[in-house]
Amino acid sequence: MTASAATLPPSFSSRLSTYFYLRPKLLLMLFLLPPLLWLGIVYVGSLFALLAQSFFQLDDFTGQVVYKLTLGNYVRLFNEVNLSIIGRTLAMATIVTIISGIIAFPIAYFMARYASGKTKALFYVAVMLPLWSNYLVRVYSWRLILAKEGAIHWAFNEVGLGWLLDWILTLPVVQGSSLSNSYIGTCITFVYIWLPYMILPLQAALERVPRSFIEASSDLGAKPSQTFRKVIFPLAVPGIAAGSIFTFSLTLGDYIIPQLIGSSRPFIGQAVYQFQGTAGDIPMAAAFAMAPIVIMAIYLSIAKRFGAFDAL
Amino acid sequence: MPSKALAGDRATPQAGWGLKAGAWFAVLFLNLPILFIVLYGFTTDEQSYSFPPPGLTTKWFGVIIARADFWHALWLSVSVAAIAMVSALILGTLAAAAMYRFKFFGQEVVTLLILLPIALPGIVTGISLRAAFALADIPFSYWTIVLGHATFCIVVVYNNAIARLRRSSPALIEASMDLGANSLQTFRHVILPNLATALLAGGMLAFALSFDEVIVTTFTAGQQETLPIWMLKELIRPHQRPVTNVAAIIVMMITFGPILLAYYWTRDTQDVAGSGK
Repeated sequence: MTASAATLPPSFSSRLSTYFYLRPKLLLMLFLLPPLLWLGIVYVGSLFALLAQSFFQLDDFTGQVVYKLTLGNYVRLFNEVNLSIIGRTLAMATIVTIISGIIAFPIAYFMARYASGKTKALFYVAVMLPLWSNYLVRVYSWRLILAKEGAIHWAFNEVGLGWLLDWILTLPVVQGSSLSNSYIGTCITFVYIWLPYMILPLQAALERVPRSFIEASSDLGAKPSQTFRKVIFPLAVPGIAAGSIFTFSLTLGDYIIPQLIGSSRPFIGQAVYQFQGTAGDIPMAAAFAMAPIVIMAIYLSIAKRFGAFDAL
Repeated sequence: MPSKALAGDRATPQAGWGLKAGAWFAVLFLNLPILFIVLYGFTTDEQSYSFPPPGLTTKWFGVIIARADFWHALWLSVSVAAIAMVSALILGTLAAAAMYRFKFFGQEVVTLLILLPIALPGIVTGISLRAAFALADIPFSYWTIVLGHATFCIVVVYNNAIARLRRSSPALIEASMDLGANSLQTFRHVILPNLATALLAGGMLAFALSFDEVIVTTFTAGQQETLPIWMLKELIRPHQRPVTNVAAIIVMMITFGPILLAYYWTRDTQDVAGSGK
């Protein structure tokens, strides 16, 4: 470290430093203002623009937006078609969240409790690398795997279970000409894409469970399964809740996955995208985008009760 | 971290068979599909995704060199990601410094504001920006893409920076001041070296995030094609399917480096083992 001799007259840098030391509020302003201005204008401004647009309406004849306040878009939002889109998206988000939780628990638990050193690093990279790698490439990989001529259909046929898969694909709701045209495919892909978001907070929550609690529980005579049910699982709930915020919210807003993999019936994201794109109806798209925002606000307030915010 | 000896004292030192299987299942589920992308980059089948591939070839790697649309898209993505990264580094670091150094009224609101762009689904961010551009009569351009990307990249840098700041000991700063360094010198010689790798990691992740982003971009790009948008179009209307796979392989090679570096630089920050709360 460079030593500044006390005998020399104060340098410019130390005078500057003293200046700011005496005016902490000015320094805070200097730090905070640029990011605050950016987020305030670009992001919050846009959210308000979205809200405003949702109260305007598209003139069907001219194709121009009429800047007059109306609730017309919201009335349209509650028609049967749109409600079924919202219901379908909610159901998918719920199922994806539950399956993610089930698949995430063993790996999160293993990472938190048993893995150490090299194994742990390996597991960590194995979870993190998919999280940060290209979303579209990862969706695409499932299109290859789930296609009629792809690996899963091939594997089922090889072991003589092709009839089973074909039968499943004739069932109501999940029917389709192949897995990549069925809700099953959409669901698998969603789980695959969002799974790391569930694993990481869950692993962190499990990691925070003090070892002494588990030892105390077994000292007091609990069987391992009892310790799991009464000690470990309740303490992991905030982690599950935190992870579910991501899996739920991301499924709610995605429009690429159901567009590329699944039946042609639309989800909320696709509806928003189509209204603003092909229809050029930004006001209706804006009103539709309010649906996931309201649903997430409700979801967040529930997740908060389960301690999700402490586990983020 | 508890020592090995301590770990041995536990009632169940080894993971059960079922747990191990479950853990490895998740690892394979998360990582195997990527191999299919690579495999199909070498297939001779141009019309469908038949498995196993009827034959293997390396000709698609040559074909992509001649595809100017791919290289245009790649260049656009790299340049957008670079600018978004730099903006996010500046804004994210400033925000982290303010939040760490000061306690002020409305601090929780500011935290929420920084987190919001990734807490809300991407489509909300996308359609909001689209709605704002329409209201303000801003035409789509290169800069509308950058604007969107920088906004959701801030939080990545912020998270990395604030995590490192919270972990570093205030005693170091006090020691520096006690030894006669002024705050600028302390920043230059104590805080910055300590923060540097976290910032680099945050920057790398911001780059990767922007480079891969497709949902917000479709709402802010107009006619411009970033690499993910180019790829989306190829997926919807495929011609020369294996070329898309080769493009995907190139994309993965570009982002794996920064992601692994970011992990390497911040790996000790992630480890919170044994810290019973």
